[in-house]
Amino acid sequence: MSHEAVLHGHEGHDDHAHHEHHETFLSKYVFSMDHKMIAKQFLITGMVWAVLGGLMSVLFRLQLGYPEASFPFLESILGKWAKGGQITPEAYYALVTTHGTVLVFFVLTAGLSGTFANFLIPLQIGARDMASPFMNMLSYWFFFAASIVMLSSMFVETGPFSGGWTAYPPLSALGDASPGSKSGMDLWIIAMALFVVSSLLGGLNYIATILNMRTKGMSMTRLPLTIWALFFTAVLGVLSFPVLLSGFILLIFDRNFGTSFYLSDIFVNGVGALSNEGGSAILYQHLFWFLGHPEVYIILLPAMGMVSEIMSVNSRKPIFGYMAMLGSLFAIAVLAFLVWAHHMFVTGLNPFLGSVFVLLTLLIAVPSAIKVFNWLTTLWRGNIRFTPGMLFAIGFVSLFISGGLTGIWLGNAALDIHLHDTYFVIAHFHIVMGVASMFGMFAGVYHWFPKMYGRYMNNSLAYIHFWVTMAGAYMIFWPMHYEGLAGMPRRYFDYSIWESFKQFADLNRFISTVAMIVFATQLLFLMNFFYSIFKGRKVTTQNPWQANTLEWTTPIRPGHGNWPGEIPEVHRWPYDYGKDGVDFIPQDVPVGENETSH
Amino acid sequence: MSNVTTASTTEAKLWGGGKSPFNVEYGKVMMWYFLMSDAFTFGAFLIAYGTVRFSTNGWPDPNAVFKSYPFAGEGTNAPLVFVSIMTFILIISSVTMVLAVHAGKMMDKKGVVRNMIFTIIGGIAFLSCQAWEWNHLHSEGAWWGMNPFMNGDGTASTSNFTNFFFTITGFHGFHVFSGVVINIIMLIMTLLNKFEDRGHYLMIEKAGLYWHFVDLVWVFVFTCFYLL
Repeated sequence: MSHEAVLHGHEGHDDHAHHEHHETFLSKYVFSMDHKMIAKQFLITGMVWAVLGGLMSVLFRLQLGYPEASFPFLESILGKWAKGGQITPEAYYALVTTHGTVLVFFVLTAGLSGTFANFLIPLQIGARDMASPFMNMLSYWFFFAASIVMLSSMFVETGPFSGGWTAYPPLSALGDASPGSKSGMDLWIIAMALFVVSSLLGGLNYIATILNMRTKGMSMTRLPLTIWALFFTAVLGVLSFPVLLSGFILLIFDRNFGTSFYLSDIFVNGVGALSNEGGSAILYQHLFWFLGHPEVYIILLPAMGMVSEIMSVNSRKPIFGYMAMLGSLFAIAVLAFLVWAHHMFVTGLNPFLGSVFVLLTLLIAVPSAIKVFNWLTTLWRGNIRFTPGMLFAIGFVSLFISGGLTGIWLGNAALDIHLHDTYFVIAHFHIVMGVASMFGMFAGVYHWFPKMYGRYMNNSLAYIHFWVTMAGAYMIFWPMHYEGLAGMPRRYFDYSIWESFKQFADLNRFISTVAMIVFATQLLFLMNFFYSIFKGRKVTTQNPWQANTLEWTTPIRPGHGNWPGEIPEVHRWPYDYGKDGVDFIPQDVPVGENETSH
Repeated sequence: MSNVTTASTTEAKLWGGGKSPFNVEYGKVMMWYFLMSDAFTFGAFLIAYGTVRFSTNGWPDPNAVFKSYPFAGEGTNAPLVFVSIMTFILIISSVTMVLAVHAGKMMDKKGVVRNMIFTIIGGIAFLSCQAWEWNHLHSEGAWWGMNPFMNGDGTASTSNFTNFFFTITGFHGFHVFSGVVINIIMLIMTLLNKFEDRGHYLMIEKAGLYWHFVDLVWVFVFTCFYLL
């Protein structure tokens, strides 16, 4: 191959499409290097984790809703972790911790970016595959290995790690601090290290693919907003996960090699309990949140990108303010690195430093508001089609507004000191990034399911799924704001010992009941998903949503290489809806003679 | 005016899709982003080191700690001599790497082989020096969790001096080791005519980027632990 051919490497992939692969089951479904199959692997692994993580939340909600009751069936599921039918405090903390870790990293990071970055990047930019399909496969298998290790940590005798998903020392650094700090924590760290490697391999691939492999005519400002969002997500991941890795390496040394990076002098009853000296537990928090805050946007940005795309398609209107959307994505990505200490207002941070972080945190409201207004103006006077994907996209905007507003409260150090570690925080982040991103993920699955499997999902089930989840999300998390304002702290096993929180017993029972109903509804979604893969109504047109982006120019069931012939050339941006009286003009249609480009 | 128009059309062509905007293949884009990511890993380590060091009263004087060299007798006082030699070796290995990359661009297989061998020798020499230094410090009673050295002002020192020293130089050493392994693979591929057949030595260039990065990181690590 000549030097020139290497620079345009993806043209070399052309032969992919021309000769038929004789693939075995292993090479097609397991060690696949096709980005579409890898996306499905990420999606389904993510779903398994979502069910497990959701089930954990049901179990601890059972404890919070019915603190005195005993459920004999729990003992048959959890064994010694629910002696006499009541979850033990250790098991409660383990459940809360694992629920957090699993949902944040395994579902909303790997499950969301892993799925849609892999699926959409090559299809929407017009590439045969990722820049390095092999690294892409490795990325999934590192994630799989991380999953196995995390899963096995739940079966060790002393239980999984139980010091919260943030793994603050000393609970995470001292093996004797709690039962979960023993081998459960070792496995937790190993799983997370493997996860970091997976996200690094994936992220580098996404960046290189978006920069290098765009088809002819696909300039950066003709990229769909999904791709821009996934690009910033990948950059955030590549720059923030390594800091977490450093933090974990120091943690491993503290745990196993007698160092004191995070351990200062610890006294029990005035007597020095350990030989550690001179370290700083706050140091870990800085390293952790330097990842932890960008992580929020790693979770949120892909959802934002997909929502923008789905809204434009289903409003039959161009996205309002493309450049403003792009600029606000960029602003959010930059600010994401400058606000981490707002998680640490109560650590004894210098108040001046705190006020700087307050300012930077509140600045995020500006790009966020720009995005919200642009979504609303995209809907304004649109010819809206309420497909399930569209409903979830609108639901995302609703949740992002309600959760975002409480973010302004929490971003103020003075208020945060009162609200820190209460249910107000739980309500805030579950609405704004947890449930909202899940909605983005649902929207994406419903919208791109026809492209993934060549079939439609069942609409009636999808509408039930949407309305129950939408109403349920607010019914679960809205009351938590009141509990938090009243001072009810998070991470407590049993509130009934406090006179002042007894008044919330009914409310807690209500929340728990709704949580169970919402969880059951998600099983409906899973049923719909797997049933539709095999038995769903078949897609008969190439472009079922009448969308402009390139993925709909591929065959209904695209093979490895995506386009059987030439890759289409791009002549316009992806949002030509309702232009000059034409409902939609796909990106590969040349600009007409008297037509002005947007 | 016409200059501006030309510049913007060239830019539109660069970023217009269908080709790499930087005129490089994807592997190099990935390598640059990987190096940025790795810079954050080391950055986090060194910032952690700074945080702990400046919140601790007193710190050992590097001139009093790193003052020996191989085959020197007890009580030698040659501060920083040995580490200067190590640093020099590593920097020279970067020079030979540049020569290897240059030879690759000239499609000069012999030049690539020769200079890759020099680079690998340099890397192994650096690692051996580090092994000797670690061994020597260990024999003086220094290890993770153990610090036999006194602060510059004669007071007792915390173990975080040695904790950070071994962790960060160890992590850097691990990078050098990976670099040596990569370079050996590159050498074997060169000898097997892999790059000759491909018509380019881009892999050598990418390995070179990594190698220079590892050198650059050493400059910071060296400054933090031996000079400050």
